[in-house]
Amino acid sequence: MIRNGIEIEDSFAEAFGMNATRLVITALNPRWARIAAETMTGFATSVIGCGAEAGIERELSPDETPDRRPGMSVLLFAMSGKDLEKQVERRVGQCVLTCPTTAIFSGMSSEKPVPLGKNLRFFGDGHQISKLIDGKRYWRIPVMDGEFLCEEMTARRSAVGGGNFLVLARSLPQALAACEHAVEAIRALPSVLLPFPGGIARSGSKVGSKYKALMASTNDAFCPTLRGLVDSRLDAEVGAVLEIVINGLTEADVSEATRVGIDAVCTLGADSGVIRISAGNYGGKLGQYHFHLRELMA
Amino acid sequence: MSALTLRLSESPRQRIDLSAFTPDRLDGASIADIQAIPLWVGNRQVATGDLFEVAGDDVSDIRIASNSDRLDSIGAGMSQGRIQVAGDAGAYLGRGMRGGEIHVSGNASILAGTGMTGGVIRIDGSAGDFLGAALPGDRRGMRGGRIEVRGNAGDRVGDRQRRGTILIAGDAGDYCGSRMGAGTILVLGKTGANTGFGMRRGTLLLGHPPELPPTFNDNGEWDLDVITLLTSSLAELEPPFGTLPQRGKRVRRWLGDLGYGGQGEVLVWS
Repeated sequence: MIRNGIEIEDSFAEAFGMNATRLVITALNPRWARIAAETMTGFATSVIGCGAEAGIERELSPDETPDRRPGMSVLLFAMSGKDLEKQVERRVGQCVLTCPTTAIFSGMSSEKPVPLGKNLRFFGDGHQISKLIDGKRYWRIPVMDGEFLCEEMTARRSAVGGGNFLVLARSLPQALAACEHAVEAIRALPSVLLPFPGGIARSGSKVGSKYKALMASTNDAFCPTLRGLVDSRLDAEVGAVLEIVINGLTEADVSEATRVGIDAVCTLGADSGVIRISAGNYGGKLGQYHFHLRELMA
Repeated sequence: MSALTLRLSESPRQRIDLSAFTPDRLDGASIADIQAIPLWVGNRQVATGDLFEVAGDDVSDIRIASNSDRLDSIGAGMSQGRIQVAGDAGAYLGRGMRGGEIHVSGNASILAGTGMTGGVIRIDGSAGDFLGAALPGDRRGMRGGRIEVRGNAGDRVGDRQRRGTILIAGDAGDYCGSRMGAGTILVLGKTGANTGFGMRRGTLLLGHPPELPPTFNDNGEWDLDVITLLTSSLAELEPPFGTLPQRGKRVRRWLGDLGYGGQGEVLVWS
């Protein structure tokens, strides 16, 4: 399949089941809401080393937030419900509770509860105040700038993590420009997260390593500097490969984001230097979700 | 189906307990069954059909028409459906109510909403003493749900209240929120003497500066986001409760009752 001069490989992305929650952080102004959201979602590119994959979903206007202040919607993904609970508590406790003027609320409802302010309230040392409003419990924790207001519980749901596509281009600047364009398009969509720096990963991985301690190592088949040495998947004209990894609340969200992202790259055309779009998988044996590129783009 | 209507034939000299007429208790009852329900009037029992004109068959929508204030325990223990009272209600309106809705077009007597854990009571007129309070001997008053009073309320509003919200558009009497353990009481009019006496926790949100016991301390003026949450949750109600978000979130805060732990708060809109 060729779109606007760019080949879409007959390949598929392999993704995994995860658990996710959405949180709403509000603050005195958008600047402090963003600071809290960025801090809370920092060091959250991959569950392998960070425990969670997290990022900002979008900015919220005051009329979209519970306390009518500017806010940010944040998505947090983890491999299990238990991991998610731990990460929510740690990240909110260290990064939002501490951040001036902020408050935090659940941005999702489901039957699977995740403690949000339930344990953080004990920071109030007995001076915390509970308020039950419209069936939801909130905690008012006295802090030095007034009160930290947080909802007692958030919720989690099954989600999909690890959807991806690879952009193969003649040079690194060209691959980067194409990916930036795709990231911009995907970030306009709701319910999806691009966990890697700027939404783009350069260190795609394969399962296993020659070193026993490592469960994953560099995706040598797509490393241009190993062409000629290993069983490379790269033609001579490919100078760089970048990957966009996509997490979504549903399989449909990941499908749509993949389609929108590839579409954005293809609109740039072959003159952009992009040669081919591929995807990362493990032979279809590890992940329960498969996103076939040509089916998505049909 | 039409609403089940009970129209009082003549005003009784004694009080009548109407707790039998809730959507839960009448579920599956025919009109003949309802007419045969015995009611105590003083020291004798009288069939419902002898006291009320009964019509309609939808027991989930009960309408009581009366010109008496002696019909007690209307909606007691109900968990679903709706009761509308055209006229006044007696004592214990919605006692122990768990869900559903009661609307009274007139006034309600003492102890309305006592022990309620859920549902909504709307009183277009005024409420008597001990609104949402505990019955004598009970350790806890209202424990959930919402009471809306468009007129005034008597003394001891929310005495020993444990949870839930009481909204009063008019004035409240003395000892409003006394011995309160949690929950929220909003009074847009004036409050009487010793407001918040014996409060352990909970929130009194007032439209006018109260007369507080000396065991309350001034905590200063604050912008409290929880006020926004609270008023936004009421935005769908008719004014004056539905327009509360316009009042903003800046309040003067008093903490007390310091003789009882001091974890309660009295907030007055600035």
